[in-house]
Amino acid sequence: MENGKEVVFATRGLTRLYRMGDVTIPALQGVDLALHRGELLVMLGASGSGKSTLLNILGGLDSPTEGEVHYVDAEGHDHDLSHASQRELTRFRRHHVGFVFQFYNLISSLTARENVAIVTEISRDPMPPEAALALVGLEARLDHFPSQLSGGEQQRVAIARAVAKQPDVLLCDEPTGALDFRTGIRVLEVLERVNRETGTTVAIITHNEVIGEMADRVIRLRDGRVDEIHVNPRRRPAQDLRW
Amino acid sequence: MLTLDRKLVRDLWRLKGQGLAIAVVIASGVMTLILAVTTLEALSGSRDRFYASHHFAEVFADVKRAPLGLVDQLQAIEGVNLVDPQVRAAVRLALPGYADPIRGMMLSVPDGRQPTLNRLQLVAGGLPEPGRDDQVVVSDAFAEAHGLAPGDALEAIIDGRHTTLRLAGVALSPEFLYQAAPTDLMPDYRRYAVIWMNERALASAYGMRGAFNHLSLTLQAGADEKRVIDALDLALARYGGTGATTRHDQQSHRFIEEELNQQRIQATVLPTIFLAVSAFLLNVVMGRIIQTQREPLAVLKAFGYTDGELARHYGLMAGAIVLAGWALGVALGAWAAGGLAGLYREYFRFPALVFRVPAWALALSLAVALLAALVGTWHAVWQAVSRPPAEAMRPPAPARFRRSWLERLLPGALLGHEGRIILRHLSRHPAKAGFSVAGIALSAGLLMMGAYQLDAVDAMIDQQYRQVLRMDVELTFTEATPARAAGELRHQPGVLAVETWRRVPVTLVHGHRRYRTSLLGMEPEPALRQVLDGAGRPQRLPEEGVMLTRHLADELGARLGDTLEVAIMEGQRRRVGLSLTALVDEPLGVGAYMTREGLNALMREGPAISGAWLLVDPDRTEALNAALWEMPGVASIGLLREAERGIRDYMDETILVFALVFVAIATSISFGVVYNNARIAFAERARELATLQVLGYTRAEVARILLGEIALLTLAAIPLGWAIGIGFARLLNQAFSSDLFRIPLVLTPQAFGIAAGGVLAASLLVGLLVVRRLGRLDKIRVLKAVE
Repeated sequence: MENGKEVVFATRGLTRLYRMGDVTIPALQGVDLALHRGELLVMLGASGSGKSTLLNILGGLDSPTEGEVHYVDAEGHDHDLSHASQRELTRFRRHHVGFVFQFYNLISSLTARENVAIVTEISRDPMPPEAALALVGLEARLDHFPSQLSGGEQQRVAIARAVAKQPDVLLCDEPTGALDFRTGIRVLEVLERVNRETGTTVAIITHNEVIGEMADRVIRLRDGRVDEIHVNPRRRPAQDLRW
Repeated sequence: MLTLDRKLVRDLWRLKGQGLAIAVVIASGVMTLILAVTTLEALSGSRDRFYASHHFAEVFADVKRAPLGLVDQLQAIEGVNLVDPQVRAAVRLALPGYADPIRGMMLSVPDGRQPTLNRLQLVAGGLPEPGRDDQVVVSDAFAEAHGLAPGDALEAIIDGRHTTLRLAGVALSPEFLYQAAPTDLMPDYRRYAVIWMNERALASAYGMRGAFNHLSLTLQAGADEKRVIDALDLALARYGGTGATTRHDQQSHRFIEEELNQQRIQATVLPTIFLAVSAFLLNVVMGRIIQTQREPLAVLKAFGYTDGELARHYGLMAGAIVLAGWALGVALGAWAAGGLAGLYREYFRFPALVFRVPAWALALSLAVALLAALVGTWHAVWQAVSRPPAEAMRPPAPARFRRSWLERLLPGALLGHEGRIILRHLSRHPAKAGFSVAGIALSAGLLMMGAYQLDAVDAMIDQQYRQVLRMDVELTFTEATPARAAGELRHQPGVLAVETWRRVPVTLVHGHRRYRTSLLGMEPEPALRQVLDGAGRPQRLPEEGVMLTRHLADELGARLGDTLEVAIMEGQRRRVGLSLTALVDEPLGVGAYMTREGLNALMREGPAISGAWLLVDPDRTEALNAALWEMPGVASIGLLREAERGIRDYMDETILVFALVFVAIATSISFGVVYNNARIAFAERARELATLQVLGYTRAEVARILLGEIALLTLAAIPLGWAIGIGFARLLNQAFSSDLFRIPLVLTPQAFGIAAGGVLAASLLVGLLVVRRLGRLDKIRVLKAVE
């Protein structure tokens, strides 16, 4: 618990170093942070501020070089992700996390419905792929291949794919980064709706300041450290955002 | 159907070009194995069944003349089961309307019934009726060659008398599965016949009433073959026995054994090479295909798919390709084996040649192919899944490129941008480039091996028939004849030169090794039948001692200067010591040579000859044949050009068919390898190539980079391919060395050319396909998408 809020993720001294060729790049340098259950969180930061790395570690896609990260599931069980094996991380991703990537990363040989089904098939309590796609407004595009969809539609399929398994947390890496303004708003509305209607914890990373206005909290990252945490007294509806 | 499996099906469809190319490589390896093994099983199985059902004898003995009363005594020898005495005689035949001389062998059958051993399988008509002295059964090959049917007549000279014989039946015999005249290598069905006749008739024609001159027998289970033979030799010695032999020295059996050995080599060496090459290529190619699947693999992993589920998915992908290739290989192998069956029916007179693909060959080929594919796939999947998915999804950090040493050697202006990109790319991934070169080189090596077989067989036959056997006609006399008979031959029409020879059957013994052959006594410097050294120069026969074919000396473990024990199987049947004084390299057969005078002295006889070689005016052949037909002492007349044609046909139809199949397979492997290399290089670099096009490079310029890389790899692979080809040729050369023939190690410029040309042609074709693909590259999409 933190300030009366239930904690989903907690990190302590989180550090991640990357070796790129001959140089070592510190992506995260001692991040202490807590995410609350059911909140919509926006992480802001410039390129290289470490926000993607943080998201990847929270999502069990990457492991920290130093420090700890814990995940508390809906039943109150604590999972130590920093010391988890690959197998445990896989199980964690499979049952608790939904991802939305900047470049959608749909599987090109599968239709929209199948791209969702490939995730629901390995989930414990998924919603039907059709329902997930209806949630993002793509009920008419079920059998289209990624190459037949616009960028915004592809990203919405990616969101449907992420929410269909009914995850505890939804982690979105620059979900509007590759989209135009109008499509971007559409995608954000979907995320807002998922958070509101299903109570899923949603974390969005972006370098777009405006998106912060729709969040419960905004965390600002700079040079791999938490620079500032800002609590919005009132969330602004996604449809009112302008940039 | 799980969505993951649906992805599998769609991915396989998308990869169909590459998958097919890989499948062809696998199919090639599997096909060689199935073809060789099926043929081997068919030959040995059909032979064994025929032997068993028609009571093929196990021991054979020739005598000059022994009384039938001796049979009971022989029957009593410990270990002997059934004894079948027989009268056999060489005969000359003529058919109305056929000019060439025909040689024949007459064998007796008990009046009106099948012999105890070596029973006949009648394919038309029946056995001669009891008491008839003009009815005969002829071998089916001869009947077929001349279109003979029961009721037809043929002329024979039996013991010097003209006789008209009438066909009662046509038959196959386990003794004559392979029907070549005793001194011939190849069957000549038009000019050689095996004929069965009632015993009483044949015996009286040859003065053999109440006697026999040939013996076939079978052994009791567990009998000591060597002791039986010793006992037989002892009992038959006083009747002019030339030494009992086993099946090993029976001509037809021996030849089939040789063919089976050949097939065993085909079934081991070649499929091993092909399967190993395809396994290697499969491993490399599957690995690289999986590498191009990095991103979807990482995404699936991010969504919680376990390593096991992903390994299964990609394992199935590899497995499906392997299975397709394997099935294709089995089908092609079985089809080719069926084709080969017709061929073997021509040479081996089996009643039925049953082709069956053995289950173990199916299992083995599938296991090898699957293992190779899975090892390659597993390695690549492991590499992909062992990285954190976040890292895998991110475009890889720009690879560390360096100026290569090669680049430093060449002036920059000469290379240009494209050259630099190619060189740096290749030197950045030396292992990848190395595998590509190795793959192309292996296929070039296979091509060269195929070409080598074509050339070597030609060279072998050329040497034997153009340089060694220079006579036109070989005459054999019914028995040793005074050498002055040569004078009479010289006056026959069309005869340009005559050279006489003496042949004596012997067993050569050196240490514990022994070999049955015959000693050929010739002029000291034979002109019509040369002996050549390794460099192809005619040699003089040694004044003293014996000269052996190198292969025979090796078989006996004898070296120059060693003393060989020679057991003479004719006349006084002495055992003498002869020193090995010279060696000769002959590609065909195993010979033992000495001067005729030396051999006469060894036999303690005057100047006797067994036959003569003639050089003949081709325009007067018919007159000569007619004259020779009238000479009573001539047992057989052999035409060398016909023999050469026979062996060339045989080689063309067996070894060369195999060789051509292999060249075709090697070509498809080359194509498969180069195509996959190019496709993967294309996939790996689509982004870079699109970027260059976006930056304003023309399609031709971009194509140059891709094609340049293919060309460079191919050119680098050619010399290596030659080296591998030479290695393969050596391996075959060793493996194919048999008593029947030794294929020389001849590597012609054509072989090198075929190897290089094959991979270059494959590269060119692939280059065209890749350029076409380049035109379809969607620049925008490629650039937008992460790897």
